[in-house]
Amino acid sequence: MNDMTPTREQREAKLEGMGCKRKRVEDIRFTQGKGNYVDDVKLPGMLHGDFVRSPHAHARVKKIDDTEALKVPGVLAVITAETLKTVNLAWMPTLAGDVQMVLADGKVLFQNQEVAFVVATDRYAADDGINKVVVEYEPLPPLIDPFKAMAPDAPVLREDLAGKTTGAHGPRKHHNHIFEWTVGDKDLTDAAFRKAEVTIKEMISYHRTHPSPLETCQCVCSFDKIKGELTIWGTFQAPHVIRTVVSLIAKLPEQKIHVISPDIGGGFGNKVGAYPGYICAAVASIVTGKPVKWVEDRIENLTATSFARDYHMTTEIASTKEGKVTGLRVHVLADHGAFDACADPSKWPAGFFNIVTGSYDFPTAHLSVDGIYTNKAPGGVAYRCSFRVTEAAYCIERAMDILAQKLGMDPAELRLKNFIKPEQFPYHSALGWEYDSGDYATAMRKAMETVKYAELRKEQAALREAFKRGETREIMGVGVSFFTEIVGAGPSKNCDILGIAMFDSCEIRLHPTGAGIARMGTKSQGQGHETTWAQIIATEIGIPADNIMVEEGNTDTAPYGLGTYGSRSTPVAGAAIAMAARKIKAKAQMIAAYKLEVHEDDLEWDIDGFRVKGLPEKTMSMKDICWAAYNSVPPGMEPGLEAVSYYDPPNMTYPFGAYICVMNIDVDTGVYKVRRFYALDDCGTRINPMIIEGQVHGGLTEAFAIAMGQEIRYDADGNVVTGSFMDFFMPTAVETPHWETDFTVTPSPHHPIGAKGVGESPNVGGVPAFSNAVNDAFSFLGSTHIQMPHDYWRNWKAAKDLGAVA
Amino acid sequence: MAKTHITMKVNGAEVEGLAEPRTLLVHFIRENLQMTGTHIGCETTHCGACTVDIDGMSVKSCTMFAVQAQGSDITTIEGMANADGSLSALQEGFRMMHGLQCGFCTPGMIMRAHRLLKENPSPTETEIRMGISGNICRCTGYQNIVKAIQYAAAKINGVEFREAAE
Repeated sequence: MNDMTPTREQREAKLEGMGCKRKRVEDIRFTQGKGNYVDDVKLPGMLHGDFVRSPHAHARVKKIDDTEALKVPGVLAVITAETLKTVNLAWMPTLAGDVQMVLADGKVLFQNQEVAFVVATDRYAADDGINKVVVEYEPLPPLIDPFKAMAPDAPVLREDLAGKTTGAHGPRKHHNHIFEWTVGDKDLTDAAFRKAEVTIKEMISYHRTHPSPLETCQCVCSFDKIKGELTIWGTFQAPHVIRTVVSLIAKLPEQKIHVISPDIGGGFGNKVGAYPGYICAAVASIVTGKPVKWVEDRIENLTATSFARDYHMTTEIASTKEGKVTGLRVHVLADHGAFDACADPSKWPAGFFNIVTGSYDFPTAHLSVDGIYTNKAPGGVAYRCSFRVTEAAYCIERAMDILAQKLGMDPAELRLKNFIKPEQFPYHSALGWEYDSGDYATAMRKAMETVKYAELRKEQAALREAFKRGETREIMGVGVSFFTEIVGAGPSKNCDILGIAMFDSCEIRLHPTGAGIARMGTKSQGQGHETTWAQIIATEIGIPADNIMVEEGNTDTAPYGLGTYGSRSTPVAGAAIAMAARKIKAKAQMIAAYKLEVHEDDLEWDIDGFRVKGLPEKTMSMKDICWAAYNSVPPGMEPGLEAVSYYDPPNMTYPFGAYICVMNIDVDTGVYKVRRFYALDDCGTRINPMIIEGQVHGGLTEAFAIAMGQEIRYDADGNVVTGSFMDFFMPTAVETPHWETDFTVTPSPHHPIGAKGVGESPNVGGVPAFSNAVNDAFSFLGSTHIQMPHDYWRNWKAAKDLGAVA
Repeated sequence: MAKTHITMKVNGAEVEGLAEPRTLLVHFIRENLQMTGTHIGCETTHCGACTVDIDGMSVKSCTMFAVQAQGSDITTIEGMANADGSLSALQEGFRMMHGLQCGFCTPGMIMRAHRLLKENPSPTETEIRMGISGNICRCTGYQNIVKAIQYAAAKINGVEFREAAE
């Protein structure tokens, strides 16, 4: 060895593999304005489509008159449900087994519902056309309050379902009922409550909100009549699923549909589903023979393109006097809006809400969910969430605080007393999941020590005394949240979308010079896949991450995958990458053995190549193996070095974390100040700590927004009153608190690299931490539960209702 | 609708085009000039994704008509790299400090930060947060954007950048 031989550390560092804070490759183009988003796609002769929307929440559509609209310069066509019926597309199937109007067919069921699609030469002309379409409505009584949906005299919303007593998920109890979903042992749980020494019961609502990525939903559809091919550029988190859905509903051969997700400006669940805009743009392109672009504006995005949450959770816990939980009973009234367009795996009408037992060892539990229709926008997407896990975590974390309050126990102590213990993993929960790994108490204690939890409680006690003496008008809350997520959908045994198992995929192809390309079934919307996927490959097969190009989003070139949402990319596709890389490594080992003239078993892996056991100077680097793969493979072996893996995970992964929020509230104004927010996440093996920290910051900011003000609110007539950034709370840099991040590492035992996924954890754990802080602040004034969102006005109102403000 | 002839300087080059009086500047930049780095995220002047620099001021180009920019000197994200094509201090800061994720707000954020640092070359964290409060980011939680701007300020001022302790 001479001085020029790189050390092991230098060889490792050169790879920029797992664990490295590798700078993102995407940033080179994004910081220069050279990203390529859907609205940047411009094709020759491209037309623009835009919607006429309903001003009413519930009305009969008597007549649509497009005569004047068609006279507007630049307007070429006005598409209505009648047009769509000629191609059997007036309605479309939803992911949840329901059907949804593409354009109003006979009636409208929510404000801003799509009524007609105006196609014009540019977006201004389309807008002119919209203003000239005359729609005659006969208003009907709107149904807005979910608690009135199943009253005997409630208005009939879905006339198309008349007489249908069974839906996609079993019997329907009422004309506005969609499904009832039950899990767990009812008798055992009822018995636990009968025997309980202490019980609590509270109706905990998680309000309706919206993912609202900065780029709205949009597409460009281009139909080539000669070839019979349809190309769609769209903001799709799951491009392959979109291709299959389009093929099935438009009756086009799947090989003639090309779906391309270019750069996506944030998704957060908003861009999983199929929306009327996509269908209308495709039909418009087929009708006109020209490319058609549809770009929704922000108001349309907030009011019509899906929603999130809207769960009303009546929650009961049974416990001993000492605070050992003995049973959990939850009933959810789930407001799905006008159509059940929930983006869940097909067999899961309430997603994975049965993770609601959380991090605690409940011996028994029972859950029932009633899904209902109202005159609100359809959706129910997983806003930075793995299918209703955010709702479940909020439910149990709020309820544990309420129990602690009733028992007079510290909420952190109550959690420590009930945690599933490390030796109980794999842990089978009362509601049917198998948790893979966890060390909850270690994480909780680390969080408590870092924030000096005991001192905070002393400070709080002193401040409360001062408040009672009239010396201050500030109250202080310490919000504790300990969440367990369930992500990585998912095993084919229980997860599919429209019958397609929720595996994911990776194809790696190495080139002769020691470089390569990896193509994936996932699609980044800001998660940095182009950076992190290459890091996994670098560690697995010793090719520097810089030499691996990652490509996603083109259904013609990428292997089939189910896309990116529900924190599934790392648990599922991340595993596929490792498995594909290992196939390559196995072949590489055969090539190396042949070239080094030894038996394969005499070789061992060493960072970036193979070496002969006991002869460390006899080596062959992966770079050299790549070259050999293209000119001198062993006799009988095919040349080349590539592999594909379709990974069907054996189980979900279960990331967890301990979050603590310290907040002061001025009772006279309701103004709060987040003094400290500490987030400890355990996502198993950490691929890129810089990106993990960034994901946590972003998820916490979304959690902060949701807990403290972000809401899609309707008035009694069904008007959306928070339908633009004027009213829908979007925190700026000024409101957003400072975030402290920390971690423990408990690898997933079943994942090839032990990674669990992290993107959604901060939203799941963050919302209860904020809400518990507010509720903790007010608890000494006599409240047990104050509904979110906790904006200034509601805080002031809470103080007033509790007699703290005159 | 009758179109008006407009001339302006964009990223140092004289450009011209025809636009209806109602054409928004952001559409003129994106569609007529085919510079798509400037983005549109809302229509109520809240999100700042469309921020460009006009005659020494940060302007949300979705709230200005193209005809109002007649004769202006405009800089967009496409004009922000160094003359040799390398990343400018701000662009580098955003990358080094992980100040972006989906990249959609980034051009507007960089354009605003560019003007902020001209107005105040050594801003405090509070001044940076206030200074970019017209720009919404959904991904980063702003903390690393603040660091990115501090990184750029240090580099421009020729001083060593030190990350504040957590």
